[in-house]
Amino acid sequence: MSEIPEYLRTGYITPEELQKFIPLPSEERLRKRPVAIPECPQEIPCAPCREICPTGAISMPTPNDLPIVDYDKCIGCSLCVQICPGLAFFMMHYVGDKARITMPHELLPVPERGEEVVLLNRVGEPVGKGKVLTVVPRERSKGDTPIITVEVPIELAWEVRAVKVVRE
Amino acid sequence: MRLTEHPVLRFERGREVIIYFEGQPIKAYEDETIAAALHANGIRVLNYSANEKRPRGLFCAIGKCSSCLMVVNGIPNVRTCITLVEDGMTIERQRGKAELPKDVKPPEWKDAKVVKADIVIIGGGPAGLMAAIHAADAGAKIVLLDENPMLGGQLVKQTHKFFGKREQFAGVRGVEIARILEDEVRKRENVEVFLETSAVGIFQDGDEKLVLAVKNNRELIEFRGRAVIVATGAMEKMIPFENNDLPGIYGAGAIQTLMNTYGVKPGDKVLIVGAGNVGLILAYQLIQAGVEVKAIVEAMPKVGGYFVHAAKVRRLGVPILTRHTILRAEGRERVEKAIVAQLDENWNVIPGTEKVFEVDVIALAVGLRPSIELLHQVGCQIKYIRELSGHVAVRDEWMETTVRGIFVAGDSAGIEEATTAMLEGKIAGIAAALRLGIADESWVKEIEKAQRDLDEFRSGPFGRHVMEGVKKALVVRE
Repeated sequence: MSEIPEYLRTGYITPEELQKFIPLPSEERLRKRPVAIPECPQEIPCAPCREICPTGAISMPTPNDLPIVDYDKCIGCSLCVQICPGLAFFMMHYVGDKARITMPHELLPVPERGEEVVLLNRVGEPVGKGKVLTVVPRERSKGDTPIITVEVPIELAWEVRAVKVVRE
Repeated sequence: MRLTEHPVLRFERGREVIIYFEGQPIKAYEDETIAAALHANGIRVLNYSANEKRPRGLFCAIGKCSSCLMVVNGIPNVRTCITLVEDGMTIERQRGKAELPKDVKPPEWKDAKVVKADIVIIGGGPAGLMAAIHAADAGAKIVLLDENPMLGGQLVKQTHKFFGKREQFAGVRGVEIARILEDEVRKRENVEVFLETSAVGIFQDGDEKLVLAVKNNRELIEFRGRAVIVATGAMEKMIPFENNDLPGIYGAGAIQTLMNTYGVKPGDKVLIVGAGNVGLILAYQLIQAGVEVKAIVEAMPKVGGYFVHAAKVRRLGVPILTRHTILRAEGRERVEKAIVAQLDENWNVIPGTEKVFEVDVIALAVGLRPSIELLHQVGCQIKYIRELSGHVAVRDEWMETTVRGIFVAGDSAGIEEATTAMLEGKIAGIAAALRLGIADESWVKEIEKAQRDLDEFRSGPFGRHVMEGVKKALVVRE
């Protein structure tokens, strides 16, 4: 029982711990164009991300293996973010001093393009504000899940994993 | 309170009707159950226990327990969680053991309607539906019965997308899978469906199997076939703690039924016990329905369900307290508080670690056990297998039990997932058609494919212990 990984004790994973299971993209790659990052450290029987990827960038010999993304092959199409049943795929892109994070958003209200939203970290704490750049509504999403792209200060790129829409 | 907006679901409500609860008129909608209508109107105490006269409310919401029994139109012991409202219905709280009305004529044996088929399938969930589809395609005439008012079993409340491979519906929401499977069943002319029909016993009668069932609480029906597939699902487990019978303490599935099937908000503030997949998924669904989840407590030192489900609720601010347990609930006629405490390495409560949560709902997501009553009654060999979460019927690789012609599939064969239930249903359906000599041998390949898919799904760390259990449940025929 002493071998329980920290992420299973707490229910969330830090980028440092994630890196032990899934190699993360380099800063150079993050600057080039959007790239998909799976936060999926556990062997569960699941493969839709691999099956939907149009460039074969996700390797997974059996459905119980971890999804390993070939970041050079990834074209940043976001289909994996849309289909992932675990809502565990994110896309990231560094642009100047901002990071653009693409994430699922299955809550009401769905934010609108251009709207300012509260940024939440992996334990749901507000860590700042960001602007919604794009919204793929549920009807146009491949996996019946709305996804949004939010612009955040670059230092929050590896912290923000959800947003809260606050309207008067 | 009824939900109007939801990020995933659209609620289609039937015609408005009036029901009378203890003499008071209440607005309800056709196609909703009595218990759901009462909850929508804030009524949670459904009956009082016989001895101590303690208030009791809904617990399982799928007809598996007795905590929702009420007196409906003068008839006691009606399971209000699976009985639909009707205009003008009178509903009263049951107080202990109610007396049967003396002026109602019970149905007689000779009156019973007889329905014949090749295969009788009991249970219209993922396993039963897949069994029906495949057995029908293999050429068998099927009758499918379910005691709930709709097909789909527990799929109808699963708003999350399924895992697995896309050919097994991965990436599709459970509610959508229910719709797809129901459409498939409905378009097959050799499948006849009976809803609101409870199987109460299976008997051998000459070469036939006789399944006795009661429709709409009053009509007796004899279903006759040469094979029976039992796909009766599972029942929510309860754990002991003080006041665990207070109204507002539900099995996790009951909350999903209220909220996702009937669009009724179960309460405002919830504590969840159990961080397996069900508890984690429930937390996310509650947030989607606009309900506050105060915390998830888990006695194990780690999250038991998939990490990704835990991550989903943590990033929306729900704490998961591992190595914690619930000590007691407090409240008079409803839950007002939940007291939890930390456990040490020997599972003992650490004094002084008590935390009080002000909640009006406590959800128990502490596991399921297979519903095997009918299998037991008909004389199948039963074995306790921990890895399958309880007593299960011994069976062969084609899901046939030790009683020839009786097959089993899905959670009633051992607690697993809807994905594996569908695969087992497919195997049982085809196998029954093969053993009856209806299907030709080309169907054996389909069984083998389903078996390979099952092995693949179970080959990871989460499936391995189930695989062990399945091995123990197997009988090898000479």
